[in-house]
Amino acid sequence: MTAHPSSQGLDAHLVVERGSFRLDVALSAAPGDVVALLGPNGAGKTTALRALAGLSPLTGGHLRLDGTDLARTPPESRPVGVVFQDYLLFPHLTALDNVAFGPRCRGTGKSEARARAAAWLERMGLAEHLGARPKRLSGGQAQRVALARALATDPRLLLLDEPLAALDARTRLEVRAQLRRHLADFEAVAVLVTHDPLDAMVLADRLVVVERGRVVQEGAPADIARHPRTEYIAQLVGLNLYRGRADGHTVRLDAGPEVSTTEDLSGPAFVAFPPGAVTLYRNRPTGSSARNLWRCEVAGLESHGDQIRVELTGELPLAADLTAVAVAELGLHPGAPVWAAVKATQTHAYPA
Amino acid sequence: MIRSARLTVGTAALALLTALGLTACSSSSSSSESGTVIVFAAASLKESFTELGELFEKEHPGTEVTFNFNGSDSLAAGIVGGAPADVFAAANTSTMARVTDEKLTAGDPVTFARNRLTIATAPGNPHGIDSLKDLTAPRLKVVLCDVRVPCGSAALKALSAAGADVTPDSYEQDVKSALTKVQLNEADAAVVYRTDVRAAGDKVDGVDFPEAAQAVNDYPIARLENAPNASAADDFVALVTSAEGRKALAKAGFLAP
Amino acid sequence: MTSTAQDAPRKARRPRAPGRRVPLALLAPALIGLAFLLVPLLALVVRAPWSDLPEQLTSPAVWDALRLSLICATTATALSLVVGVPLAWLLARTDFPGRSLVRALVTLPLVLPPVVGGVALLLALGRNGIVGQWLDEWFGITLPFTTAGVVLAETFVALPFLVISVEGTLRAADPRFEEAAATLGASRFTAFRRVTLPLIAPGVAAGAVLAWARALGEFGATITFAGNFPGRTQTMPLAVYLALQNDPAAAIALSLVLLAVSVAVLAGLRDRWTRAV
Repeated sequence: MTAHPSSQGLDAHLVVERGSFRLDVALSAAPGDVVALLGPNGAGKTTALRALAGLSPLTGGHLRLDGTDLARTPPESRPVGVVFQDYLLFPHLTALDNVAFGPRCRGTGKSEARARAAAWLERMGLAEHLGARPKRLSGGQAQRVALARALATDPRLLLLDEPLAALDARTRLEVRAQLRRHLADFEAVAVLVTHDPLDAMVLADRLVVVERGRVVQEGAPADIARHPRTEYIAQLVGLNLYRGRADGHTVRLDAGPEVSTTEDLSGPAFVAFPPGAVTLYRNRPTGSSARNLWRCEVAGLESHGDQIRVELTGELPLAADLTAVAVAELGLHPGAPVWAAVKATQTHAYPA
Repeated sequence: MIRSARLTVGTAALALLTALGLTACSSSSSSSESGTVIVFAAASLKESFTELGELFEKEHPGTEVTFNFNGSDSLAAGIVGGAPADVFAAANTSTMARVTDEKLTAGDPVTFARNRLTIATAPGNPHGIDSLKDLTAPRLKVVLCDVRVPCGSAALKALSAAGADVTPDSYEQDVKSALTKVQLNEADAAVVYRTDVRAAGDKVDGVDFPEAAQAVNDYPIARLENAPNASAADDFVALVTSAEGRKALAKAGFLAP
Repeated sequence: MTSTAQDAPRKARRPRAPGRRVPLALLAPALIGLAFLLVPLLALVVRAPWSDLPEQLTSPAVWDALRLSLICATTATALSLVVGVPLAWLLARTDFPGRSLVRALVTLPLVLPPVVGGVALLLALGRNGIVGQWLDEWFGITLPFTTAGVVLAETFVALPFLVISVEGTLRAADPRFEEAAATLGASRFTAFRRVTLPLIAPGVAAGAVLAWARALGEFGATITFAGNFPGRTQTMPLAVYLALQNDPAAAIALSLVLLAVSVAVLAGLRDRWTRAV
């Protein structure tokens, strides 16, 4: 990098107040980083993105990109590219002219802009669709045109708003892999907004989890997946998560019961375990080696991949994943009383 | 087209008024004349006829005179089209002829007034216009009535009698709009009726010219054959042609027949 | 259900669900409305003096009036587009104090009787008008009694139609396209010119047609402001009105010519658009 690495990349503290909603998010990233803003709907992710793009004014904080203050810069003068959730490709322009639009607006000559646009589209594997209008493109193709359009202006900050949300499941898989490749090639800062943990984990180097306008957790995807700190993240990554107070190998949960763990801790702690680690019994097991055993009741069943997720209430509310065969053998139905067991070795405790 | 559409609406409104007036009055008044007299009169008669209408209502308690002032041709078209009217007073004989041709008047029309042309100028006559010939001055803005309306055909007659070859800036659709152009100082001169200049008060000056004698307009009046209120209509015609009527008309600038 | 319902999907581009008939509660008033609009026009055609028509159509005065009408209405439409589309954009896309008042003022010429509009134009742009006197003094421009005056009078009454129509289209158009353009480096003007304008083109075209039709039929403001002189300010509606004074048959004939030309132009434009889309 350069002699002043600290001035390179994104350094932002975004404060946007609108009515009773307040967004207050600090965000920094080095060139080459891909940061995902992850959070539930209404958390303020899109507001943060719009503030970065200059489409919503900051009411406080600061925004610096490669050492330049952008807080007062209008959107058209920011070196920022945006891929909108529904792409917003200009319907009256061909794919080529959509991509050439940015370079043209930034002063490049017509033929030069078109040549650059064509090069970008070829890189995206769209050489055969240069002359197509947006409505003739498939969802995946449109997504790539939108990405090419955003990249064609050589932005120093690339923003992607739910880049895969508009795609069907099959296309999504393919586009996600391509997007990952393109983001890996991108040498400046990329910030993507998503509510899908898988997109966030696959595409980003770092996650920033936003809830109700605040950052609640940030770090590497694997770290966050292992150590969720809020109910929302735990649900996203598919873990049962509880907060309590540890005393040696036991954590007394705020919810009541105790959980035996392998870790030795003391003080406030989280305990997490995956739904797959839960075993269910119709009758109280006698020979089980599990020390964590709770009396529960089936609240609901829903299919989850090739498994069935059983939502339980009772001593400890939790989620358990079972095979369809197991569900049938146990004769589970909403209201059925069950015993839930988890081995201490499959739980994971960490300081809160 | 526009005018005729408006006329139809006006006619409907008048019909309604008539109906209301007739029912309201016939039940309450025992006077031999009652109800509403509907008078279709040329626009140039507005001031004098309004005065006569008030006089008539005073002399015939329980009667109401309703006027429809408009271009004579529009009025004639309305009457021919079946508009309910008791009296028609036109600004020229040819327009009245359209109604008599259809045998819609009760008896022959009577000429009750005459009108002659004059040149309307801005107050004080700043361009020093003395005659019709002066209207040919190149930079002068002149408006005339369209030849298809009475004041236009009369002006054409007078201008040719004077040998004045005037190219106006506009052929206005009626005498009032010709006069308005002078009042607003958009035109320097307009050939209009003396009555119009008189009605405009001190906002315009009138310049008389001898050729006006060649193009005097006769104003005929007639009771209509299908008049809903025939006897009151006859009385109104009598008032217009009486000495009192003459006086009111003379005050407005009309000449005696 | 019926044979037509079964045939319909084959013919129509978008097949109708079977048995979905137009409810009478909508059909009846719709047909009454249609009849109300068409019967008066039909009456003109029925009562037209067809034998006089050739004579009317060969009169050069008619062609002068028609040509002047078409030129003035088209120029007025162009003028309306030049100032009306930006005005509509201002009303739809920006926020300034008193915007709703301005919007109301823009529509005012719609309720103003055209003749009053003509008088207002005289008071503003006439030889003695509050603006017109300076035009006269500084540039020697006088507008009453000129073809330019006809264009202005027609623009005055046609412009609101265009502004309202375009503003409605702009409000319906997704403003985020303009945001997308901004993130690509487009100034607001560039975004308007290269993105918004093409997107709202159908609405602009519809507004222009409305404005053109209104301008073509304009009578009151024109005759009041610009007067009536054959070949210079006498448009078809003026010719029709004056013909009505003593020759109703001729007036009907002229009206038919105006109607025929309007229908031909509008139908022609419509065809062109539908082909373009």
